[in-house]
Amino acid sequence: MEPSPQAKRAVPRLWGELVDWVDNRFPATETWNYHLAKYYAPKNHNFWYLMGWLAMVILANQLITGIWLTMSYVPSGEGAFASVEYIMRDVEFGWLLRYLHSTGASAFFAIVYLHMFRGLMYGSYRKPRELLWLIGMAIYLVLMAEGFFGYLLPWGNMSYWGAQVIVSLFGAIPYIGPGLMEWIRGDFLMSEITLNRFFALHVIALPLVLVALVFVHLVALHHVGSTAPDGADIKKHKDATGKPLDGIPFWPYTVTHDVHATVVFLFLFCAVVFFAPEMGGYFLEKPNFEMANPLKTPEHIAPVWYYTPFYAMLRAATYPLFGVPAKFWGLVVMVGAIAIPALLPWLDRSPVASIRSKGLASKWMLGVFVASFLILGYLGITPPSPLATAISQICTVLYFAYFVLMPWYTRVERTKPPPDRVTMR
Amino acid sequence: MSTQSTVGEGPAPTAPNPVNRERRYFLIGATATVGGIGAVGAAIPFVQSWTPSAKARAAGAPVTLDIGKLRPGEMLGPIPAWRGKPVFVVRRSEAAVTHLEQANANLADPDSSNPEMQPDYARNAWRSRRPEIGVYLGLCTHLGCSPKFHGAVQPESFDANWQGGFFCPCHGSRFDLAGRVVKAVPAPDNLEVPPHRFASEHTVVIGEDEATA
Repeated sequence: MEPSPQAKRAVPRLWGELVDWVDNRFPATETWNYHLAKYYAPKNHNFWYLMGWLAMVILANQLITGIWLTMSYVPSGEGAFASVEYIMRDVEFGWLLRYLHSTGASAFFAIVYLHMFRGLMYGSYRKPRELLWLIGMAIYLVLMAEGFFGYLLPWGNMSYWGAQVIVSLFGAIPYIGPGLMEWIRGDFLMSEITLNRFFALHVIALPLVLVALVFVHLVALHHVGSTAPDGADIKKHKDATGKPLDGIPFWPYTVTHDVHATVVFLFLFCAVVFFAPEMGGYFLEKPNFEMANPLKTPEHIAPVWYYTPFYAMLRAATYPLFGVPAKFWGLVVMVGAIAIPALLPWLDRSPVASIRSKGLASKWMLGVFVASFLILGYLGITPPSPLATAISQICTVLYFAYFVLMPWYTRVERTKPPPDRVTMR
Repeated sequence: MSTQSTVGEGPAPTAPNPVNRERRYFLIGATATVGGIGAVGAAIPFVQSWTPSAKARAAGAPVTLDIGKLRPGEMLGPIPAWRGKPVFVVRRSEAAVTHLEQANANLADPDSSNPEMQPDYARNAWRSRRPEIGVYLGLCTHLGCSPKFHGAVQPESFDANWQGGFFCPCHGSRFDLAGRVVKAVPAPDNLEVPPHRFASEHTVVIGEDEATA
C-alpha cells in the first residue's frame, strides 16, 4: 500500500526538527558544511593527493589493531616475547591483528613519505601553508618516535639491540650523554624497566599526541585549503553564489574517489598482510624471532627500512671535529636531516609553487634529492663497507644540498607563470 | 571591566575604578612566575621517576670481591657479575707481566687506543691498576659470547705458541692476559675493563673508579 502524502512528509519534517534541536545546542550543520559539504578542493587533484586520506585510514587501522593487541600483550621482560608468540599461535585471529599492525607501520611510513613528496613537488609548504607544513613535520617526528618505541615491544633480539643502538646515540652528546642514557633506559642497560616505559609511551602518550596533531593538521588545512597540482588558485574564480568554479565539495565528490582509492590500496595492503607480512626480513627482521638477549649481539644491526636513510647518514659521519667524536656528529647529521624540511617554507624563494612551473634546476634538484634518499635507504640496510660509507657521504651531501642551495637555485632559474584556471592532466 | 576605553589609555580620573596598569602587569608577572615555579616543581617527580629505581640501582651496585686466595696464573670468574655481565679477575705471574710489556707484535691494538674500552688508569701494557691484577668484562667484543680462560703457557689446539690468555670458543677470537685482542680474529676490540678500585690489599671493588662516601 502506498503511504499517504502526510506520512511521506512526516519523516523529513521530524529529521529537520531533530537537526534544528541539535544545531541549537551544538554546531553540527555548521561543522558539516565547513569541513565537508562546503569545503572545496581543486577538481584536478591527482594520485598524490590521495595520501593524506590513506594516512588517516592507516592511522585508524593502527589504533584499532593496537588496542586489540594490547588486550593480549604482556609488557614484561619475562612475558613480552612469549605473549607475542601467544598472540601469533593461540589467540583467535591474533596473527591477523599483529600482521595488520606490523604491516600497517610500514604502510604508514610509505604513505607519509609519498605525502611529503607531494608537498615538495607542488610546494604545499609555501605561504599561507607554513603552519600546516610545520604541524605535518611534528606529526612525522611523533610517528618516528611511535615506531621506535613500538619496535622494542616484541622484545626480540633485534628489538633489543636496535633500541640499544639508538639509545646509545644520546650517549654521544658531550657532558650530559651518559646520564641522559641512564635516564631514558631507567637502568644501566636496556631492561624490563625500559620496556615498560616504552610500552606506556607507545600505547598512550604518543597516540594521544598523534591524534591531536592530526586534528590540528586538518583544522589548518581546511582554513587555507588544498593546493592544486599546477599551482592554480581555485579561490580566484567563483560563480555568482560564491562557489569556486574550479573546486568540488569534499562531500560527496572527493570522498567518493578517496573511497575508491582506499579499496585499491587495501588490495595491495592485504596482499602484503596475507602473503608477505615479513617482507623477506624487511618488515619483521629475522633476529627478532629470537628473544632479546643482552649477551648476544645480532651479526648485523639494521633498523626497519623506514629509518634506514637517516641511519645511513648517521654512519656516514666518520670524522671527529673540534675535539668531539664522530659519533656525536653522526647524531647531529641525522637529527639535522630529519628536521631540515621544516625550513622549506623559508628556503623556497621561487615565484611559483608547483614543480610544473618551476625551472630545470628545481626539477633536477628534486630528482637528485629523491635518488639520494633512496640510495641512502638501501645503504642503511646493508652492512657497512668503505665503499658504502663513501657513497653514503656523497648522498648525504646531496640530500642537504637540495635544502641549503634552494634559496639560490629557486631564484635564478627561469619559471613559467602558473595557469589561471586548473588544468586537467 | 565595563569601561573598555580605560584599558588602553591608563587611569582616567573620572572613572570610578580606574585601571592601574602597572599593578595589573605586576600581578600578571608575579602570578606567572610563581605558577611557573610551581609547574617546574610539579614536573620534578615525573622527570625523577625515569631515573633508575632503587631496585635497578641495587642490581647495578658496585661488587666487592676478596682476591686474597687468588694465586698467580689463576682466574676468579665468571661467577661474580656486575650489572648482569660476567667479570674476570686474573692474577698474573711476574713472567706473564714481563711478557705483556714486551711481546705485542701480534696484537691488533696493543696501546688500548679505543677510550671506550677501559678507564684512563687502565691504559697501559697490562690494562689494569696493578700489573699483577687484571679486571675484565668476560664478554667477547665480537658477539658477546663469554671467552674461556687458558692461563698456562702451553701449546693449545688453537695456538701452538700460546702464551696464556682468553679464547672465545664461539668464533675463535683470542685475547692475551691483559684482554688485548690478537690480530686477524673476528673480535674488533680488546676486552672491556670495567671501572674498578682496590679497597685494600686483597679487596677489589668493581663498578666504581673512586671510593664514594
